[in-house]
Amino acid sequence: MSTLTLKNIVKEFTSGSGASASTTQVIKGVDLEVKDQEFVVFVGPSGCGKSTLMRMIAGLENATSGDILIDGKRMNDIGPAERGLAMVFQSYALYPHMTVGENMGFSLKLAGVSKEERAEKVNAAAEVLQLGPLLDRKPKALSGGQRQRVAIGRAIVRNPSIFLFDEPLSNLDAALRVQMRIELARLHAELKATMIYVTHDQVEAMTMADKIVVLQGGVVEQVGSPMELYHHPRNRFVAGFIGSPKMNFLDITVTGVAGEGVTVRLPDGSERLIPVVSQTEDGASVIVGDSLTLGVRPEHLMLDAQGPFSGQVQVIERLGGVTSLYLATPDGSGDAPIGGLKSDEQSDSGWILMADGDVNSRVGDSIRYGFDTERAHLFTREGLALQNLNRHPLTSLTRQDNSLSSASAAQEARA
Amino acid sequence: MSTSTSNSVAAASAAVSASRARRSVINKKLVLTLVAWTIALVMFFPIFWMILTSFKTEAEAIATPPSLFFTPSVEGYIEIQARADYFKYALNSVVISLGATLLALLIAIPSAYSMAFLPTKRTQGTLLWMLSTKMLPSVGVLLPVYLIFRDLGLLDSRTGLIIIYMLMNLPIVVWMLYTFFKDIPKDILEAGRMDGASTLQEIFHLLLPLTLPGIASTGLLCVILSWNEAFWSLNLTTSNAAPLTAYIASFSSPEGLFWAKLSAASTLAIAPILIFGWMTQKQMVRGLTFGAVK
Ligand SMILES: Nc1ncnc2c1ncn2[C@@H]1O[C@H](COP(=O)(O)OP(=O)(O)OP(=O)(O)O)[C@@H](O)[C@H]1O
Ligand SMILES: [Mg+2]
Repeated sequence: MSTLTLKNIVKEFTSGSGASASTTQVIKGVDLEVKDQEFVVFVGPSGCGKSTLMRMIAGLENATSGDILIDGKRMNDIGPAERGLAMVFQSYALYPHMTVGENMGFSLKLAGVSKEERAEKVNAAAEVLQLGPLLDRKPKALSGGQRQRVAIGRAIVRNPSIFLFDEPLSNLDAALRVQMRIELARLHAELKATMIYVTHDQVEAMTMADKIVVLQGGVVEQVGSPMELYHHPRNRFVAGFIGSPKMNFLDITVTGVAGEGVTVRLPDGSERLIPVVSQTEDGASVIVGDSLTLGVRPEHLMLDAQGPFSGQVQVIERLGGVTSLYLATPDGSGDAPIGGLKSDEQSDSGWILMADGDVNSRVGDSIRYGFDTERAHLFTREGLALQNLNRHPLTSLTRQDNSLSSASAAQEARA
Repeated sequence: MSTSTSNSVAAASAAVSASRARRSVINKKLVLTLVAWTIALVMFFPIFWMILTSFKTEAEAIATPPSLFFTPSVEGYIEIQARADYFKYALNSVVISLGATLLALLIAIPSAYSMAFLPTKRTQGTLLWMLSTKMLPSVGVLLPVYLIFRDLGLLDSRTGLIIIYMLMNLPIVVWMLYTFFKDIPKDILEAGRMDGASTLQEIFHLLLPLTLPGIASTGLLCVILSWNEAFWSLNLTTSNAAPLTAYIASFSSPEGLFWAKLSAASTLAIAPILIFGWMTQKQMVRGLTFGAVK
């Protein structure tokens, strides 16, 4: 049993000295609940405070205010080692002068564990990570992936109640990252430990997490399962941050509000009913005439000669299975003037459409397209989402439901 | 005009310029070597001449033009050993320089640790201030130091010299260790803390092993500086605790011909540190130029 609770955590850094000293609030009141055996991923743009938050949980940094509870016990004033956590650093932070075995056994040595017991535990961990043949090597003589495994092994040996990972895979190449991602997921199932994982890699977050915590500027924007964040983002930031390529946004006006959704007018003058509630979570109601932001993911746009949108194809990325079309859309108007956009504006005012792999569009083509209104999002001026009337059926899915072990367990249970 | 001629001309000129480039590389190397040797010889010549003189008789030592070829004699050495016991002074030098070095490291390691890993607003200022004390002329504090030593009974004691040498070298030692410690990634120490290391265990199990080359070269430098120090040893010791610098100085009183004897004494005084420096030069250079963990 290992749970973690953060209550209104604030972290301030003071820089400068004397009269010119200035205090910056880096974490601005974070509340979080991590359940036993949960795999929680912190994501957010660079500098949003992910590492700082994790270091406070680890005890390497003091919280300015707020409470950190592990298994219900307040840990603020307890040293890092006594919190029963293990941390895997982005830089691996292996001890360069020790062999792999010594690296992994260091914590046990400090704890006064006998040599035999130490060897036993190190060997057990080495077995899990296939590090057996490397135990006598120095870190210098290891590849990046092997170093990463040693760093994880060092954490496993301590048998921690909670594992902390700070961007552990960001120094690895793409193929190795995929492999380690799967290995970590396997470890999580095997060790049945609570894990907290920092990353700014979308795919890692979406594939590994039971629960994703989206941070921005020291504030938690949303906490939820991957599918919940994807289908029901709380606000425009989360909508834009989760999902790749990014969600497309367009300013539109409300022409009708009813029980079955909000009707909006599109640039070509046509109207669409989007099945969302008319109230934001903080109680503000949408009325006719309000201007809102429509959000549609690239994968929910489709080529359609009668569609409400038009655009000119600027760039085509063919991945085989799918094709991304980067479109120049004249903001507001339905008719795209050819070559009317400067390239640096493209990312802002251009839209991305994910089409079938066999689509035969060419650069320069003017195309018309439509969108799936069921899956469209609406955001208020303040960026808050109007939630979809229909909960997506997969939102409560966790990563464990996707793994083979639980699937077979479920089958056994059924049999 | 066929293309083949122009091609061969081009090839020839390319060959010429290539060989010219090669020659200029060789020339550059030659010049550098010559310069290095010249500087080395100029610097080493006085020592060489001193060693040569120490094996002459007093008459040969002052002969003009100086004789390069002579029958070496150890007369000078025998005479000076008869006048003062070299080994007593040498032992003092060893004890004092090693003692001062160990004491300096003992104090500097924790201070450099705190400055490198737990810096405050005043750390940089403190470091600069420590270094600035090295700019103060020693003579300026001779009187107060002398009086303090007299009152504490430290005059002419090894302990006294150990303390003063330690203080003299402390700024340099702290600075050097600070830069070596700074090179150690903070993550490694934090990983140690996560593994349950106390501050002392962190220092002994992680920091010291990782910066050993740097600490060694710092220690070596400190030994050499202490060994060669002459101002304080001459002013604060008379006989009991006098190190080799005082030993040399005691031969400089003009009484008859003394060049050969003085040379012999000086040779004996610098021989240990010269050999020591020569044996440890690799270590010194490695520590001083490459940082601790490269
Ligand atoms: N010791 C410190 N003193 C002052 N400011 C700091 C300190 N450590 C971090 N910060 C600031 O706190 C903010 C959050 O830093 P943090 O390292 O937690 O970001 P991050 O989300 O981990 O970013 P990245 O994805 O780049 O690792 C940054 O703006 C950073 O400049
Ligand atoms: Mg970070």
